[in-house]
Amino acid sequence: MTAFNDNSATASQRGRHWFDTLTAEMDCREGAVPSLRIADGEIAGRACRFLLVQADPDSRYPRARHGEVGLLEGWGLAEAIDDAIRADADTPIRRALIAIVDVPSQAYGRREEALGIHQALAAAVSAYARARLAGHPVISLLVGKAMSGAFLAHGYQANRIFALADSGVQVHAMGKAAAARVTLRSEEELDRLAADVPPMAYDLESYASLGLLESLVEVESADAPSGADIDRVRTVLAGALRNIQPGDTGLSRRLDGDNRQASRRVRELLREQWSA
Amino acid sequence: MDTLNFKRPARAEAIRPALVGYVGSGDLEVMIEPSSAGCADIHIHTSTDGSEARWRQVIELIESVMKLPVMRMDIHDFAATPGVIRLRIEQALELAREDAA
Amino acid sequence: MTTRTQTGFIDLSARKRIAALLDEGSMRELLTPFDRLTSPWLERQGIVPQFDDGVVIARGTLDGTAVVVAAIEASFQGGSLGEVGGAKIAGALELALEENRRGNPTAAVLLLETGGVRLQEANLGLAAIAEIQSAIVELRQYQPVIGVITGPVGCFGGMSITAGLCSYLIMTREGRLGLNGPQVIEQEAGVAEYDSRDRALIWGLTGGAQRHTSGLVDAFVEDDVAVVHQSVTACLSLGVPAEHRSDAIATPLARLQQVDTREQIDAASALQILTQGAAK
Repeated sequence: MTAFNDNSATASQRGRHWFDTLTAEMDCREGAVPSLRIADGEIAGRACRFLLVQADPDSRYPRARHGEVGLLEGWGLAEAIDDAIRADADTPIRRALIAIVDVPSQAYGRREEALGIHQALAAAVSAYARARLAGHPVISLLVGKAMSGAFLAHGYQANRIFALADSGVQVHAMGKAAAARVTLRSEEELDRLAADVPPMAYDLESYASLGLLESLVEVESADAPSGADIDRVRTVLAGALRNIQPGDTGLSRRLDGDNRQASRRVRELLREQWSA
Repeated sequence: MDTLNFKRPARAEAIRPALVGYVGSGDLEVMIEPSSAGCADIHIHTSTDGSEARWRQVIELIESVMKLPVMRMDIHDFAATPGVIRLRIEQALELAREDAA
Repeated sequence: MTTRTQTGFIDLSARKRIAALLDEGSMRELLTPFDRLTSPWLERQGIVPQFDDGVVIARGTLDGTAVVVAAIEASFQGGSLGEVGGAKIAGALELALEENRRGNPTAAVLLLETGGVRLQEANLGLAAIAEIQSAIVELRQYQPVIGVITGPVGCFGGMSITAGLCSYLIMTREGRLGLNGPQVIEQEAGVAEYDSRDRALIWGLTGGAQRHTSGLVDAFVEDDVAVVHQSVTACLSLGVPAEHRSDAIATPLARLQQVDTREQIDAASALQILTQGAAK
């Protein structure tokens, strides 16, 4: 027998810890699926809905038992967000959506492909984007891994993305071992290349240089947040909620990073040529 | 990956920008633009290291049947054979000269 | 009896695909290869770039309707999206959105041949895909965004999620649509879960025929320029759908909550679940 990536022993508890402590006084709403946690409350007087995807060891989908974003998680997120959009449709101040992100990957499996996991994740992406466009401030807090399709579905559509300043926080398109196999390189080679190519790197500082993060949040413990850590994160969230003005519904502020010059140049030239 | 540059004697003639091919395995893209350099200024990016002599040969072979125009030529090569390289360069030259006169 | 010469769509390059779809003489390419906007990241990894970074953008008309078309070139780096190619698509959709806001209806057509994020530009490819997705959700409120997946590569990775956001999807038998590529699933989950060499299994689950009969795409067409053109035109004429596939949440969620996963799935049971719910 060959051993395959089995996260069962290492399913991260970080998301759960941060969600539990941040939402301790809030109303927990039953999600459509057990891997989805939803809580409604307030941050600095602004109504908020917190959302978390966490491990469900009993999921009926065996390839989505360790915190992966799978079929149920994608559609379930969409349902929870869509519910908030409909509930607030007639109110001028719409509740914020706060995604606590600790997702190791999308679910890799036969059932997932057969039953259209791409469509499930599209449902979540669409719901987050529609919420943002409808004036719900959407904020992501990265407390652990934020990988690939899982992050696209849960977090990447946010107005503001914050990350704990901790080496356990990682954003990437593919885990290092798998990326090495796919690009026919060793992990050491990948690290050497990444030193000169920030978008390939696995460290948070390189990711921050791309300009996609609003800021890094210093904490005492990313694994077991202290009271001071929770206060700090609440302050950051409150600041973001004050900062997101009505009409600030796009993603263009992500284009300012030092290492996104080409993304800006392309848009600049496209605009020049568009009506030429 | 190697980057090479050849400056070859050329004659002034009317050409227009032209592009052929793509950077897929065993193929290459060849781009031609008018130039004021007074020569055929050929810039090559190739995935095949140590291939300068081979490129020189292909260029000389083309020069043996035609005079190159004054131009800037850019080549992005993904391990194409000399036969494919020659074909793509000739296609690009033909396209650059088409309707240009 | 009439005879018609069939011209394959799959074999055409990205640029020629656009030319084949747009009304004669209407195609205007933006950011052409002569703008030399190559990837800033590939050369430092010893990889030869391409002048258009594998993405072609053009404005034009399709049966008189103003459209912007983005086509991914399957032959360059597996149709993968890096910073430049991703920004070309996102930027074009953003400008189409502005055009609609100014009162000039402009639809979008995406010719998707892509393995998803280009791993050599990993995080900037992923970021660009998030921006493409945001632009689609916004643009499709005004005008349809139509995705076309004909093969040879198919549509995978983050861009399969992008496909799931389109107003309409068109596929051929040769096209495939899935989140994870077969090799990656086999690596991650084992050969018993997904055998990447089992072509019948893979096409049976993710090929255009199955995706169409199970309702995950709207049109199933043959590999023929005229037929693809006709299908895109038909989708355009339908306008913005009353509800996008990505937003019809209740039914798929309920069906997927009832799946019996003690048995491994096959194409027939997947079809049953997706169209009628799990068998009682």
